[in-house]
Amino acid sequence: MPEKRVVLANCGVIDPEDIATYINRDGFKALKKALKLPGETVVEEIKASGLRGRGGAGFPCGLKWDLARKAQGDEKYVICNADEGEVGTFKDRYILENDPFSLIEGIAIAGHAIGARKAYIYLRAEYRFLLGLLEKAIAQAKKKGFLKHLDIEVRQGAGAYVCGEESALMDSIEGKRGEVRYRPPFPPTSGLWGKPTIINNVETLMNIPRIVLNGAEWFGGMGTEKSKGTKVFSVSGDVARPGVYELTLGSSLKELVEELALAKKVQAVQVGGATGRIIPCSMLDTPLSFETVLGAGAVTVFNKSRDMIDIVYRTLEFLAEESCGKCAPCREGTEAMAGILERFSRGEGLEKDITVLGELADTMMLASLCGLGQAAPIPVMDSLQYFRGAYDNRIRL
Amino acid sequence: MSKIGEGNPQSQEKRDLLVLLERAQSRFGYLSRETIAELAKSLGLSISEVYGVATFYSFLSIKPQGRNVIRICKSLPCYLKDAQTIIEGVRREIGIRPGETTADGRFSFELTNCIGACDKAPAMMVNDDVHGDLTPKKIAKILQAYK
Repeated sequence: MPEKRVVLANCGVIDPEDIATYINRDGFKALKKALKLPGETVVEEIKASGLRGRGGAGFPCGLKWDLARKAQGDEKYVICNADEGEVGTFKDRYILENDPFSLIEGIAIAGHAIGARKAYIYLRAEYRFLLGLLEKAIAQAKKKGFLKHLDIEVRQGAGAYVCGEESALMDSIEGKRGEVRYRPPFPPTSGLWGKPTIINNVETLMNIPRIVLNGAEWFGGMGTEKSKGTKVFSVSGDVARPGVYELTLGSSLKELVEELALAKKVQAVQVGGATGRIIPCSMLDTPLSFETVLGAGAVTVFNKSRDMIDIVYRTLEFLAEESCGKCAPCREGTEAMAGILERFSRGEGLEKDITVLGELADTMMLASLCGLGQAAPIPVMDSLQYFRGAYDNRIRL
Repeated sequence: MSKIGEGNPQSQEKRDLLVLLERAQSRFGYLSRETIAELAKSLGLSISEVYGVATFYSFLSIKPQGRNVIRICKSLPCYLKDAQTIIEGVRREIGIRPGETTADGRFSFELTNCIGACDKAPAMMVNDDVHGDLTPKKIAKILQAYK
């Protein structure tokens, strides 16, 4: 299947600084339609579409909205997670640079659907250069009268990978250290300042106007049984054409990395960023979907010249640095794994290290508070499974 | 976990601690002990609470920084594109290592994690600007623009 631009339909077509160019392409038509409907009907449409979160976890979007809509309280919040910190991900940057209006329309529809009057866009510090563009787009939408029911405010992050995790993100908006919260309660019942809150990724919200305008059935016609619609991928590493590509869910990894990004002599591909799965070249036919591999759509390609142990070591070093430190399994586990991998990268591995890595992985997956610690062992265990020879060769006898 | 969701209404000011810290950071270039103490006093927070937030985030600094902050991405996609040669290039150009500030206060030099410019790797930020597709040769010209 070739590229299919649904989320990215306006990127490179409209002028991101001029709302008129967006309105000319059916912009805000979906919002007008949604505002005539009760919130419940909008939520039902999103539910029926099968849309799942694009930030990595894949939670059903309509269900999240439904919980927040039904939650008690007249003060509710919509948060757009634009804290795109996953290593190898830049699709949200591309979206914000090229089509901030679809995002604003998606947020405005979300606000109406759950009954929120306030929304935040949490923008990572590294994307501060986009702040002016985003605020200008919001001001234009406001001036045109599209945001009478909802106030949208951009909040800037200050540099912390873990703030892409939704509970840490909320603590950061509340002005605190971005540390992960214990759950339950979950955000739809008790989120920002303890109020019902939905947190959606940029790309998830981009899909909303499309679904409202074209219907759940249209959306459900794309993708696989459990992965509806398209996905925007960020491809980088050993490829001739790095960049952003949008494909129907269920398309193969091979098509993305070899046919579109023109990768040659692939050794392995990591899908989903630092905590993502490592797919060896023998499995490039793997479809990209929630049922198989996906994450937030970061795709990093390693050619045959790369040392996979060095790559996994650097990945764990990163995770150890970015662990928020609140829970011991993640804080200590990532450090311990990075230490072992560093020894292997120097050719000083010990026989028992392999067992220790497995034990650490079990504990971290079971006992970490959030996705960072739970998923951190994934690249380690995948590399042990597919590149065991590289480890064995580095064991000091 | 006691703080969360218990309906303990915070004043608007406490809520804005991070925003206020970001503002002070961009105004003074760093968060001094005095700034932290003043903020704590005016918001009714303990100094350690404010210090805790100030030291959690990598774009906030409790050490004086140069007028321009260089952040070279050291994450995998940039590493694969020889970010090491860019780090070396900047080191040679301004004569300091990551973590240091030039004697004239013109530059601070840091390494950072993924800045979301992997399609233009290797990449770096100078202040809020992103510079991609770097080669060691391009560095001198780019840095010239920052006084």
